[in-house]
Amino acid sequence: MQLWTVIWMNLRSLPGRLAATSVAVIGIGGVVMVLVATLAMSQGFKAALNVAGASDIAVIVRGGSSGELASNLSDAEAKVIEDAPGIARDAHGPLVSPEVYVLVDLPMIGSGTAANVPFRGVGPHATALRSHFKLVAGRLFAPGLDEVIVGRGAASQFRGIRLGQPVRFGTKQWTVVGIFEDQGSVTESEVWTDVHVLQSSYRRGSGIQSVRAQLLAPEATERLSSALKADPRINVAVATEKAFYSEQSRALVTLVTTLGSAISLVMGIGAVFGAINTMYAAVAARTREIATLRAIGFSGGAVLASVLVEALLIGVAGGVLGGLLAYVGFDGYRASTLNFQTFSQLTFAFSITPAVLTTGILYSVVLGLLGGLWPGYRAAHMSVTAGLRSL
Amino acid sequence: MSEPLVQVRGVRKEYRRGTEVVPVLDGLDLDIQAGDYLALMGPSGSGKSTLLNLLGGLDQPTSGTIRVGGTSIEGLSSNELASWRASHVGFIFQMYNLLPVLTARQNVELPLLLTPQSKAERTHRADAALALVGLSDRANHKPAELSGGQEQRVGIARAIVTDPELLLCDEPTGDLDRKSGDQILDLFDALNREAGKTIVMVTHDPRAAARARRILYLDKGVLVREEA
Ligand SMILES: Nc1ncnc2c1ncn2[C@@H]1O[C@H](COP(=O)(O)OP(=O)(O)OP(=O)(O)O)[C@@H](O)[C@H]1O
Ligand SMILES: [Mg+2]
Repeated sequence: MQLWTVIWMNLRSLPGRLAATSVAVIGIGGVVMVLVATLAMSQGFKAALNVAGASDIAVIVRGGSSGELASNLSDAEAKVIEDAPGIARDAHGPLVSPEVYVLVDLPMIGSGTAANVPFRGVGPHATALRSHFKLVAGRLFAPGLDEVIVGRGAASQFRGIRLGQPVRFGTKQWTVVGIFEDQGSVTESEVWTDVHVLQSSYRRGSGIQSVRAQLLAPEATERLSSALKADPRINVAVATEKAFYSEQSRALVTLVTTLGSAISLVMGIGAVFGAINTMYAAVAARTREIATLRAIGFSGGAVLASVLVEALLIGVAGGVLGGLLAYVGFDGYRASTLNFQTFSQLTFAFSITPAVLTTGILYSVVLGLLGGLWPGYRAAHMSVTAGLRSL
Repeated sequence: MSEPLVQVRGVRKEYRRGTEVVPVLDGLDLDIQAGDYLALMGPSGSGKSTLLNLLGGLDQPTSGTIRVGGTSIEGLSSNELASWRASHVGFIFQMYNLLPVLTARQNVELPLLLTPQSKAERTHRADAALALVGLSDRANHKPAELSGGQEQRVGIARAIVTDPELLLCDEPTGDLDRKSGDQILDLFDALNREAGKTIVMVTHDPRAAARARRILYLDKGVLVREEA
């Protein structure tokens, strides 16, 4: 009962301290905005990599290679893979796509700096092997022609890609004939053409980088993997697409999360000092009031609680503000970054999920409470007689 | 005669200012019988407020003992003191110290929040206390809407609402004009004579002191003189 009274009275006097209070709120809000934005960014990476990652699609690369770029498989090896058990087939044969993977330079729209864009040569089953694939403009490239289709992410991030317009990759001129989307996945960062056209354009002979295969069921991964492992003609690594992508981006996600957390932590320390300052001022403004309550018989604990509740509210207000700013400013915002594991540019959308927002607000609550702890303790333990003498 | 309500024995109080030790009260002895009305006078800085605060358990003596109503309050922890204050003493301050965000009734009700009384009971008691000081019609006013004299009467209502034995008043009329001050002193008279409250009042005003049963003079931390 006494607790509520002291808390309530303190909050009633808050309007008189609005200026100092809003400074603390804004301070915490800024920190939370940064935190939420970084979390939204790694969430965006994960989403981009996850959507693409099906569990009933296998990606097969040369054993020991860290990704598609470092992998190479011969024509003969590709044949062995296609005939392996666990792979789905239709009347015309196995549902696989042998793929060539190279990187090309394109200037980014904002900065103009060159970025590595994945240029993928795909087999006829490629679109069927990406269940979310959808052409949003134009048409598919025609086999044998120097035509490309471009992912929506790549189209929005790189200069010089326009439907129907020519674009120069390496020594050759290509025509952009279509734009595709894939539910925001990492595939949207790529440029595609016919696998044979890309092989001859980049003098790859009949070699490829990877084979993508439709599995009979997610459980068939094991069967495929052990069959290929046992085969002496071949040395390959088999992973589901989901596992493959998450491995490909592990370092990037870790880096962004670590860096973002570190920045939020450092900024958070600053915000805590801001909050401490504010709460000190709040306590100072109420010194005589607090001393009077103590003289009447209210406990130090009630006083501490009132300061903590105010600090908590400041924290929550900051958290909501920061979350809102981040949401308005960043949610859905498309950007790209270099995935240094694959040396290719990854386009993604900032994604502010409820979990991200919750984390941000929890952090703000912690910041607020930390800011109120010491001033509250001091207020609870201050000398009543000295407090009564103050004006 | 039974044990006095207040028994002060050999009380010393020193304040520390950096490394310097400032003696304020110097081995003070004092008895106050229940039902007494005592005025405490003396030059500024002589230690009047310090003594009053010690009697009310707002501060601890450096040495010596203070018994109030049979309790040795110098041994209590700060939390024990707080709940002791809530039920045994009422404070009346020179600057009234009402809480600005609360109405007169809410201010008076404040000490009752520390008791297990129901809301209805508390309101009833607060209204009775306000009636006693003649402010029933101001119950819903905020302190800023009251005159100084009215504010002090709310302060008195707040001090007596829990029905404590001992009222401690530090220059209660120091900030009031003569007429409002006289109203306050009339209230003290009534509280002392009719309700039997024991009152200790610090004052610089000889006219106010003359209303008390006893006048004590303090100088440089020692009691120098007493008048009945
Ligand atoms: N918390 C404190 N810290 C240090 N010195 C103090 C403290 N409280 C009081 N003093 C000193 O103790 C002495 C007595 O103070 P006190 O307030 O008791 O005097 P007083 O008789 O009430 O004076 P006044 O008539 O001016 O109110 C003064 O010199 C004062 O400066
Ligand atoms: Mg004084």
